[in-house]
Amino acid sequence: MRLAVREALLAFRRAPLLSALGVATIAFSLFAFGLFGLVALNLRDALASVEERVEIRAFVADSTAPELALAAAGEVRAFAEVAAVRYVSPEEALTRARRELGEFRDVFDAAVLPASLEIRLRPGRRDPATVAAVARRVAAFPFVDDVRYGEEWVRKLYRIRSLATGAGLALGGAFAGAALIIVGATIRMAVLARAREIEIMRLVGATDAFVRLPFLLEGAIKGILGGVLALALTWMAHALVSQYVVRTAFFPLPLVLLGVLGGALLGLAGSAVSVTRQLARLGQDRAR
Amino acid sequence: MLRYVDVHKEYPRTGMALAGVSFALARGEFAFLTGPSGSGKSTLLRLAYLAERPTRGEVQVAGASSATTPTGEVPLLRRTLGVIFQDFRLLPDRTAEQNVAFALEVTGVAQGAIRERVGRALAQVGLASKGTALPHELSGGEQQRVAIARALVNRPLLLLADEPTGNLDDRAARGVFQLLREINASGTAVLMATHNLELVRRAELRVVELQRGRLVHDSADGAAPAPSASGAAAGAAAPTAGEGA
Repeated sequence: MRLAVREALLAFRRAPLLSALGVATIAFSLFAFGLFGLVALNLRDALASVEERVEIRAFVADSTAPELALAAAGEVRAFAEVAAVRYVSPEEALTRARRELGEFRDVFDAAVLPASLEIRLRPGRRDPATVAAVARRVAAFPFVDDVRYGEEWVRKLYRIRSLATGAGLALGGAFAGAALIIVGATIRMAVLARAREIEIMRLVGATDAFVRLPFLLEGAIKGILGGVLALALTWMAHALVSQYVVRTAFFPLPLVLLGVLGGALLGLAGSAVSVTRQLARLGQDRAR
Repeated sequence: MLRYVDVHKEYPRTGMALAGVSFALARGEFAFLTGPSGSGKSTLLRLAYLAERPTRGEVQVAGASSATTPTGEVPLLRRTLGVIFQDFRLLPDRTAEQNVAFALEVTGVAQGAIRERVGRALAQVGLASKGTALPHELSGGEQQRVAIARALVNRPLLLLADEPTGNLDDRAARGVFQLLREINASGTAVLMATHNLELVRRAELRVVELQRGRLVHDSADGAAPAPSASGAAAGAAAPTAGEGA
């Protein structure tokens, strides 16, 4: 193991340019992935905050006693999809309308607004089908005059979310795939540069596992360094955008650690594939 | 020590490289392997350290067999052999000492023992004072000596030499050959592939000659050499051919 560590570190000293190129390639691949991840993260947050506004409003018939409406609110609250139900009395509706639509104050002075139940759904249960189903159940209450939930708006919001998720998965996958290929090629160059060393190691009786170890370590070290560099670049990009364009969120710590670990795994996987291929190639070179 | 039993080797693209080769090298024996380029000498040596397996037949070496030794055990076999090449195959960015030590390090020998064994191997090849030199600071003959030290440091039972003097001038070639004789005298069997007919003639040792993948002459059999299409190879196989020593 000591020899493997020494050989892995020696590789950086012997071919600093190639090593730097490898680290930079991993860093930029992960940076592209990180930038994309950051966009996806912030888009998700933005959609989540819009989604929070999805609510069902059930208008209560004028003749309904408030006690009856409140009892119904308790019943609706017991639905599995429902997070909260609030009874809005006619007086509160009027106050709110005056506050929100000040220029129509005179109109509202004379108006009587109906009482309503404002129903908020649990996260993950705000899709169009669930919203419509809950609206239907609420509409079934005899004292409910009308139910509104912005059907078209909810549908559009979900279409955008589905599109964003699909595009995210496709682009994220493409970025990760490209990163893997580039990293593999970079490490393959490093392995090729040491083909003679591999050949000599095998000649003097090193096992293939032994031959592989320094390359795997080298790949993992490059991956970690690339991951850290990519993290720094992504953070800088985030800081710049936050300062000059729009305030954005950054990855939480577990995701940051996962990113660096991903870099290490990328380096390790790239090395493993390259060195295995190279070992096989060296074995076949003479099989004319 | 080393036995080829009806060995055939065929490559998909270039066809038959060896056809029905059989001979044996005893413990502590020295033999030259001669023949023109492409006659199968290198293939025969590669079969000996199981870099390749015969298409048909069997190679027995140091108690292992090409027919039964699993790939995973080949490294263990190679630790009992030494192999040297025409192009030395040294790591250019490491000193002579480090090149020799490499063979021990990859097989897990303790650091303390490595220093002592490397020193002894370099002294044996006459390079005790050049341990810290890089390969490019050494002459061709000296580089080959480092390669020999690397092959020797694991105390091999058999030394396989593929044209070890091919890149050397006469003087250096004689020096390397003398070294191989000394190693042989200490009990290591040596099979040396060579084109250096002068060396072969002078040595008066066993000569195994290949032609187009077939063994055409083995001086240990006491038979006269087969007529050779290659005058050089025929000369190599016939030390008494009167070409002058």
